[in-house]
Amino acid sequence: MTGRTLYDKLWQSHLVREEADGTAMIYIDRHLVHEVTSPQAYEGLKLAGRKVWRPDSVVATADHNTPTRNWDKGLDGITDLVSRLQVETLDKNIKEFKAKVYFPFLDKRQGIVHVIGPENGATLPGMTVVCGDSHTSTHGAFAALAFGIGTSEVEHVLATQCMVMKKSKAMQIVVDGELGPGVTAKDVALAIIGTIGTAGGTGHAVEFAGSTIRGLSMEGRMTLCNMAIEAGARAGMVAVDDKTIDYCKGRMFAPTGAMWDEAVAYWRTLTSDTDAKFDKVVTLRGEDIVPQVTWGTSPEMVARVDGKVPDPAQESNPVKREGYARALKYMDLKPGTPIRDIQLDKVFIGSCTNSRIEDLRAAAAVAKGRKVAANIRLAMVVPGSGQVKAQAEQEGLDRIFTAAGFEWREPGCSMCLGMNEDQLSPGERCASTSNRNFEGRQGAGGRTHLVSPAMAAAAAVTGHFVDVRELN
Amino acid sequence: MEKFIRKEGLVAPLDRANVDTDAIIPKQFLKSIKRTGFGPNLFDEWRYLDRGEPDADNAKRPLNKDFVLNRQRFVGATVLLARENFGCGSSREHAPWALLQFGIQTIIAPSFADIFYNNSLKNGLLLIKLDPQIVDQLFRETDANPGYRLAVDLEQQTLTTPSGESFHFDIDPHRKHCMLNGLDDIGLTLAHADEIRAFEAKHKTAQPWLF
Ligand code: SF4
Repeated sequence: MTGRTLYDKLWQSHLVREEADGTAMIYIDRHLVHEVTSPQAYEGLKLAGRKVWRPDSVVATADHNTPTRNWDKGLDGITDLVSRLQVETLDKNIKEFKAKVYFPFLDKRQGIVHVIGPENGATLPGMTVVCGDSHTSTHGAFAALAFGIGTSEVEHVLATQCMVMKKSKAMQIVVDGELGPGVTAKDVALAIIGTIGTAGGTGHAVEFAGSTIRGLSMEGRMTLCNMAIEAGARAGMVAVDDKTIDYCKGRMFAPTGAMWDEAVAYWRTLTSDTDAKFDKVVTLRGEDIVPQVTWGTSPEMVARVDGKVPDPAQESNPVKREGYARALKYMDLKPGTPIRDIQLDKVFIGSCTNSRIEDLRAAAAVAKGRKVAANIRLAMVVPGSGQVKAQAEQEGLDRIFTAAGFEWREPGCSMCLGMNEDQLSPGERCASTSNRNFEGRQGAGGRTHLVSPAMAAAAAVTGHFVDVRELN
Repeated sequence: MEKFIRKEGLVAPLDRANVDTDAIIPKQFLKSIKRTGFGPNLFDEWRYLDRGEPDADNAKRPLNKDFVLNRQRFVGATVLLARENFGCGSSREHAPWALLQFGIQTIIAPSFADIFYNNSLKNGLLLIKLDPQIVDQLFRETDANPGYRLAVDLEQQTLTTPSGESFHFDIDPHRKHCMLNGLDDIGLTLAHADEIRAFEAKHKTAQPWLF
């Protein structure tokens, strides 16, 4: 028998049944639920008179709509009534349909769904994880099989505990070598997307491997797997090693005692066999990667910080050329502009890509002893969860940020997608640690440049992009 | 969902790659707790000149006359012609809901994003993947022929142009079966409830920490 990939192992250990044509029923261990993609699913259940198959698999939180200020006002702090209704609808649905745990708005463990899963041990190695949210790929950092799903599928998993799907092809992205100082998981993710394109992983489950990946912390691996969806892959994953196991130990929902040992013994098997075959393999060299900045309206429109905005005229593919030209128009950038000459209006540090403690530490290290530049109207730091916030405050990071002129906010998705009032105004230009630079993503007419937390902090204190490695 | 067997309709060309779900239905409309009412806000930022809000009266808003779906010749289109990686971005099912509620029944493109593909088929929105050269040809023909219509036969898996030229397309047999019969996925899965229970018991013995 030839070796199996990590994906094969996760797939086979959750296969309930399979039709001759490959249509499979896959058992789901963990279902993360948030307020935006769940109301219609619960409504569907109610209308059909169905029950939730295993309420104990559900972990829920409100994160997309919640405000990042005025928490002292309670629910009245959500001034948009439509948003408020959605948050209240989740409260009601969880009360009626039950969950293993719910971190509602204002709870001290509330936070972005992809941050709270891992930090509470609700995401564990070997699991299948779904959520009505494309960035569910984040959880693959734990050698879990994690997919973003739509609302019909949310309803389907609630009712049946299963997903009906076909197996994807397996792709391996190998990054070897040591990252230079100031180069982070975010830069690796953007460099990969710049190389393979936003559709490069379509139809594939991606495993990230190589010494660079093994060198990343769990936070870094989450950042990387988070952005697998931006490369078109529905799932991204990293094999289990000591870091995975150390991270899980002692978390709220992690096993303990003899069961912990049993679990660890199993988790250690969650790697691709050395003779496993992948349908596609892409290799990058870690030492070649430098800090990255996106210049366009798709994450693949990315350049090195020491690079320039490209000239569409140089692009031979007509669809791409037109896309570049359209992006430059939307972004109000001229071909050939050095990336460092791009002046900014706002800076956002947060989102499920980069709002964990390590991200905040990296940004604070740059902000320390410096001041937000005069041309920056708003620089905000939004921790990924209440727990991240508490830890950052314990370490004094909040004071570093506020002393430098950043705003320190309550946790949530915030300006990653601007469903609450944290938005860009038309024409505003933002350095953002989030994952999508689509037109209007952070606010209608807003212009987003994706960067790492350290690069965002460096942009905040200089007012334009700068190679963070030159600041020290 | 509604059954999809044979349909034919007017074609509208949306000539750009990587059309993302934020463009298909902007975030402010995701606050709804309902499944309907998204049609008027499909491609909101491209279709209107002002910023849309969930409670706005869309009939009173200024239209962007240049946007393809606002052009007289494409009013009433039910087939959307698109480019690579259509539907990339978030998992919001509001995207296929908005397309369907606007009146789009079929989208043709060289490639689609995975989650959007699943979401669409589950809702009875047929997505047809064709070679980029064929898509190019369809763009040219749509452009050259006002009133250009395409006929889709899901049963035969064919797409037919007004001149009678016919193209075969692939679709997963399970999805095809569900679309042809308008079947509810949940009901189909629950027919295997015993198997799910048996699997669950075995899984619990193997990995008790998951329960
Ligand atoms: S932080 Fe952004 S990408 Fe992540 S779940 Fe929230 S809205 Fe989605």
